[in-house]
Amino acid sequence: MQELKDRARELLADGTVKRVLGWKIGDLPYNPEPAYFETEESLKDFVYNGFCGANLSKYMIEASKLDGKTMVCLKPCDTYSFNQLMKEHRVDREKAYIAGVGCKGKLDIEKIRKQGIKAIERIEGAGICDEAETLKIQTVYGEKTCAYADAMLERCHVCKGKEHKIYDELIGESKETADADRFDEVAAIEAMSPEEKFAFFQKELSKCIRCNACRNVCPACSCRKCVFDSTKFDSSQKANVDSFEEKMFHIIRAFHVAGRCTDCGECSRVCPQGIPLHLFNRKFIKDINELYGEYQAGEDTGAKAPLTDYTFEDAEPSIVGKRG
Amino acid sequence: MFKIAKENLAALFRMIAKNQELYLPVRTAGQVNFAAWSEDAKVDLDTLKSVKSPKDAFFPQSEGLYTVKKEGKKMKVEPENLKDQPFVVFGMKACDVKGLEVLDRVFLSDPVDTFYAARRDHGTVVALACHEPEETCFCKVFGVDAAEGAADVAAWMIEDELYWKPLTEKGDLLTETVKELLSEADEGKVEEEKEAIHRITERLPYMNLSLEGWNGDALSEKFDDPRWEELYKPCLACGTCTFVCPTCQCYDIKDYDTGRGVSRYRCWDSCMYSDFTMMAHGNNRTSQMQRFRQRFMHKLVYYPANNDGMYSCVGCGRCVEKCPAALNIVKVVKAFQNQGGEN
Repeated sequence: MQELKDRARELLADGTVKRVLGWKIGDLPYNPEPAYFETEESLKDFVYNGFCGANLSKYMIEASKLDGKTMVCLKPCDTYSFNQLMKEHRVDREKAYIAGVGCKGKLDIEKIRKQGIKAIERIEGAGICDEAETLKIQTVYGEKTCAYADAMLERCHVCKGKEHKIYDELIGESKETADADRFDEVAAIEAMSPEEKFAFFQKELSKCIRCNACRNVCPACSCRKCVFDSTKFDSSQKANVDSFEEKMFHIIRAFHVAGRCTDCGECSRVCPQGIPLHLFNRKFIKDINELYGEYQAGEDTGAKAPLTDYTFEDAEPSIVGKRG
Repeated sequence: MFKIAKENLAALFRMIAKNQELYLPVRTAGQVNFAAWSEDAKVDLDTLKSVKSPKDAFFPQSEGLYTVKKEGKKMKVEPENLKDQPFVVFGMKACDVKGLEVLDRVFLSDPVDTFYAARRDHGTVVALACHEPEETCFCKVFGVDAAEGAADVAAWMIEDELYWKPLTEKGDLLTETVKELLSEADEGKVEEEKEAIHRITERLPYMNLSLEGWNGDALSEKFDDPRWEELYKPCLACGTCTFVCPTCQCYDIKDYDTGRGVSRYRCWDSCMYSDFTMMAHGNNRTSQMQRFRQRFMHKLVYYPANNDGMYSCVGCGRCVEKCPAALNIVKVVKAFQNQGGEN
């Protein structure tokens, strides 16, 4: 982390960047927040550790409108989002100085809480240079331990790899954290009967409180004005009506980001009700792979996206295709 | 003071639910929220905080107000019925009970919100003491005692027994209906439990947060402070903090075109949303900074100004746990004390 902080200081000092977009130390051991640092002095609060899960790519939409360059800290998986945003002309490459930061898997405080660990006072082993495989957690109710891998975000278990897809410089080492197949969860749901599938999603989605955190954090949801925020749209919008959340909102959103979603996993990370929202997106990705050939959104900024690129050889998986 | 063995709680819930609706913390798809009791509901009294506060029981996230139907050339207006049956909310924490006091001052003062008032009239609250408070809790800052909720019945889970103490007339009535399951108990163990809870509360990092400078008179000083311009920046403008909050009380009223009429309903609104308080002339808060500022000014300045200094935060800490950008009211208060950035 010191190396990253030093580089940030240098880049601010020599005027390469006007500000640094990173994370500011929290007031609990696990709650650093995304933050801008404009002075060398302010960098004293800069932090980069296992709890810096937030994908900062989307903040670059706003930062692109500011004067001068922003040094943005992107983890390998975040760079896919940045590429995709570039492809959609939502961020300005010229306004970004991308520090590709190392990552050894990010932590999910909810997973730690799920193990019954509470009243947390201190967490050891979450540092970025820490080689510890176990987190030592000091709590009011005694000292607890938790395997680093057991506290990782779901997305890290299906990590896309150590490679940054776009960067100006790389700082720090990354570690391979994948220990599961990306499509296992989707395959398990595909194997369910239609009734089981419906019951599964109904149970999950009826927890939705319409906070829109999934949409607002999503780098693929970058519309200036979302249709669901329109006052002229006759839907239940922010009303919490089970049938709408279960059958409409999340599915419409999944369709809208299909082919553009990089599977960054932010939707599932931020959901206050722990709804595995990534499953929808991943189902689309799996289908796209099977129908149009392997495709990873955000892999680069040049390739044509399968759903916006028409060819005569395109698969016709819909009922229209079957009718001929 | 009464008690009942933990193993008999299912019988207690069954007996309460025989005569009235019973809401309590239930685990569904991995998360604990207040929901109606049923034989197969997975009741979870160990999880300290439900994701959403139990405020829904009195002020549901969405509720119908009335329906307008077309009948020939006439329009028929059918108002939604007010709650007219008794119900029980079991397992509310002291902070959430205090949250009701905040809502009462809004909805029960003139003009009285009849929907809310009917639910308050018919609801009986059983508060469960916080056996193991957590680091995100700061109820003490708002004068709340985690060890005893000021509800109709105060309850404590101590080892394998639930202690039960009616505090109001409603509490006595509920106790009467389940008396055959309860046995008399002395207060000794409860006193020990309360002391243990107080000892833990003292050790929690947020419990002694200072609110100095936050009051109804601090309007201009806080409103114009340049710190808001920095503080709001990570905010995603989602509604998580407002929708998990036990005291947020803003709502929107909307019409839904049912095809043959109009259904008018209200639903929770969030000051974080871009169409919040949208009026004919447009919106009076045009930036996210203004929307972000609104939430904290309301909790710590505007509400106290209108309610004899009472804050409209109860320190439940749900926003601390759930904000996707790790922002929260504690960080805001600390930033104004220049305490931000300490760990």
